[in-house]
Amino acid sequence: MLKKKRGREGAEIPSSSLADIAFLLLVFFLVVTTIDIDTGIGLVLPPPPDPEQPPPEVRERNMLTILMNERGGILINEQRASLQDVQEIVVRHVTNQGQDPNFSESPSQAVVSIKTDRNTEYEPYIAMLDEVIGGYRVIWNEQARQRGYTDYAAYRRVEGEPNPIRREFPMNISLAEPDPGS
Amino acid sequence: MSHFKKKQSGTSQEIPTTSMPDIIFILLIFFMVVTVLREVELLVRQDLTDAENIERIEEKRLVSYIYVGPRILSPGNYGETRVQVDDALVAPEDFTAIQNVMRQRRTEEPRLIVSLRVDYESEMGIVSDIKQELRFADALRINYSTRRAEGAEEL
Repeated sequence: MLKKKRGREGAEIPSSSLADIAFLLLVFFLVVTTIDIDTGIGLVLPPPPDPEQPPPEVRERNMLTILMNERGGILINEQRASLQDVQEIVVRHVTNQGQDPNFSESPSQAVVSIKTDRNTEYEPYIAMLDEVIGGYRVIWNEQARQRGYTDYAAYRRVEGEPNPIRREFPMNISLAEPDPGS
Repeated sequence: MSHFKKKQSGTSQEIPTTSMPDIIFILLIFFMVVTVLREVELLVRQDLTDAENIERIEEKRLVSYIYVGPRILSPGNYGETRVQVDDALVAPEDFTAIQNVMRQRRTEEPRLIVSLRVDYESEMGIVSDIKQELRFADALRINYSTRRAEGAEEL
């Protein structure tokens, strides 16, 4: 009696096709997957203007004004500049420490103001913004090296964010509303 | 003959396949986890520009996208620059809709990051209009989405 019950086919679920099923699923996910890591230039916008409270006054020397017109020409503090100069001028402005009267009094007071025309194209604008942020990056890397790290990324891994370098050299970028343009 | 035999002797020639399902399973689970299924159908072109000093958005949950670019009329045929939020184009006179949508998302997720995916041929006027709406929506963290330029390191 017992023998009869147990016999015939095995009571196990056939698992030989498991690998095939897993393979099919794998192929499906391989095909659908787009591992696109989202990268970009991160910024924080200023809060909306309060009509009762005028915007804080910034002394002229602390403000580095970068204008970009519709043809991608750049004016920095009313002087023509090329894209390659932007980074260096930003570094000079922020790390001026009150020496040059045209540049900032201290890194924490330094502001970089960026203004465009409405017709300015996006690509040169991003190229310029990239250079400005590159300037801050040079400063942060330099500061991290002075503190004994290889670069800012290594410093940040230890100190996290916000950290003393970011507090001392904050990235104050002001994005002004564009001129109506022609 | 004995010479040949010696060379072949010992271990079996077959690759052991018993662990294959396990390996496949691990791969499967990996891809299942990293897969993000495309949620939106793009109605505007998205040729992003390159930048060097970029940062990576680690938490994709926090991100909302706004697409800007020339409208795709048919493959390879583009119209004027338009703005797309989710699956719909936003007419230039309805930009307050962006503000409303983003304000709602901001209340649901206070750490919201708005990723502006802007085609390289767009003009700053339209980008700036969107930024104004975002300011009023209190969605202040933005990200100009760019591709990574060659040799760039992430910040």
